[in-house]
Amino acid sequence: MNINAIREQFPILHQEVNGHPLVYLDSAASSQKPRSVIDAVKRYYELDNANVHRGVHTLGSRATDAYEGAREKVAALLNAGAAEQIIFTRGTTTALNLVASSYARTVCGDGDEIVITPMEHHSNLIPWQQAAKATGATLKYIPLQPDGTISIEDAEKTITPQTKVVAVTYVSNVLGVVNPIKELAQIAHRNGAVMVVDGAQSTPHMKVDVQDLDVDFYAFSGHKMCGPTGIGALYGKKKLLEGMEPIEYGGEMIDFVDLYESTWKDIPYRFEGGTPIIAGAVGLGAAIDFLNEIGMDNIDKHEKHLAAYAYEKLSAMEGIELYGPKTNRVGLVTFNLEDVHPHDVATVLDSKGIAVRAGHHCCQPLMRWLNVSATARASFYIYNTEEEVDRLADALIQTKEFFGHAIG
Amino acid sequence: MQLDDLYRRVIMDHYKNPRNRGTMNDEAVTINLNNPTCGDRISLQLQVEGGKVVDAKYTGEGCSISMSSASMMTEAVKGKTFDEALNMAERFSGLMKGEDVEFNELEDIEALSGVNKFPARIKCATLAWNALRKGIDNEKQ
Repeated sequence: MNINAIREQFPILHQEVNGHPLVYLDSAASSQKPRSVIDAVKRYYELDNANVHRGVHTLGSRATDAYEGAREKVAALLNAGAAEQIIFTRGTTTALNLVASSYARTVCGDGDEIVITPMEHHSNLIPWQQAAKATGATLKYIPLQPDGTISIEDAEKTITPQTKVVAVTYVSNVLGVVNPIKELAQIAHRNGAVMVVDGAQSTPHMKVDVQDLDVDFYAFSGHKMCGPTGIGALYGKKKLLEGMEPIEYGGEMIDFVDLYESTWKDIPYRFEGGTPIIAGAVGLGAAIDFLNEIGMDNIDKHEKHLAAYAYEKLSAMEGIELYGPKTNRVGLVTFNLEDVHPHDVATVLDSKGIAVRAGHHCCQPLMRWLNVSATARASFYIYNTEEEVDRLADALIQTKEFFGHAIG
Repeated sequence: MQLDDLYRRVIMDHYKNPRNRGTMNDEAVTINLNNPTCGDRISLQLQVEGGKVVDAKYTGEGCSISMSSASMMTEAVKGKTFDEALNMAERFSGLMKGEDVEFNELEDIEALSGVNKFPARIKCATLAWNALRKGIDNEKQ
């Protein structure tokens, strides 16, 4: 695989930041976009733009074809079975909120349980907190092992016949750990619960097969996988989706409207009230084409290599702490330098053109579990190189020196 | 972008040797403030008497900029009337906007002027001052 040829396709990467060539190591927050995605969105607005599913005119048909074509690409990417099982949303957050508001609030009641983990992003935590409060259900957590992984034994103990929903992230955006979703889904099903998966950090980086995993709901965002912001999707099993009520009402989602009663369209449209995110879906479709051309397995392999290289290189440094397991991790490394706050680390790195994330990463409960207030995180994608990891490592040494002198 | 503009020696001195770090008794005015975007937090305590800040202490977690700013702020406001303290907070906002303001009360504060060139870090520097404003505003009501 020729990384330089891939980098050539990302216009944003070819610039200097603060006098240094940009090293973008924050793709877990939002990835950069290849030319093909930018062009697809531009072409849509320049040639095909119209509202979908209503116009009789040619542009309306083209826009509808483009939008529904993107839905088919998403279905194929996840091996969803049927395109109608894909609901376009604003992103992972909206998708998870839809499941929590529509599904969980109707099936949960007093004495029921919702099971999550302490490593969840706020978007897969707060919707369940709120659903539990609204329904009288109990929110339970599968505890984490010292290295941040989940043990099947603990999951077996936490998930009970009272559990109605198990919601777990496929990949942690802080620890980088890949969770045993297939096994968790089996445990959930054995207890009569549904399995909800936050796929925000897995979908961009590895092959995902929702039917093989046998999960009931799966959510992801387009902007973390080379697509535009403001578009994501929810996969759901057909039977479950068909039994769910919409949470947004308006145009596009109705079958028949009378003065006092209305009926809804079939899935997926009943969950897509209002004019949908057409250009976003077109861009997401182009992003999926781009990723497929490289191959999800190749992307996975490249990132795992970079993560292992970075883990090795950083853990050899003195005065650095790395979080999460050493193996079974995806392309990100979360760390702290001794005696230097991660915001200060990120500012010094930025002055050298290196973009990393510093803060709680929308995981405040996980930060408390790690016993830190914040961490720094370098996350990799298909366009990152070993040389960039080297520049990160060198810059971290300089950061330590800078603060060593400044403080000392 | 010059790092030395941001991390001046006097800032690092307040970071390493914080002044007024600690807690007071329960009678003190207590203000807890978070910076939800980055996780910094401060618990500021003020001992007030007759419209004056008699003493100030703080605890918290955060970067060198937020914690050094808290150290300086607590040093500067001791013995000041509410209006004098609020006036200082106002000048500090000006400092963050790049205005040429002076702090005769404590010149150390002027070292934070470099933060102005690092927009992402302004909220770190203002956390302690926002807590001060909130505490005094509550007392005045």
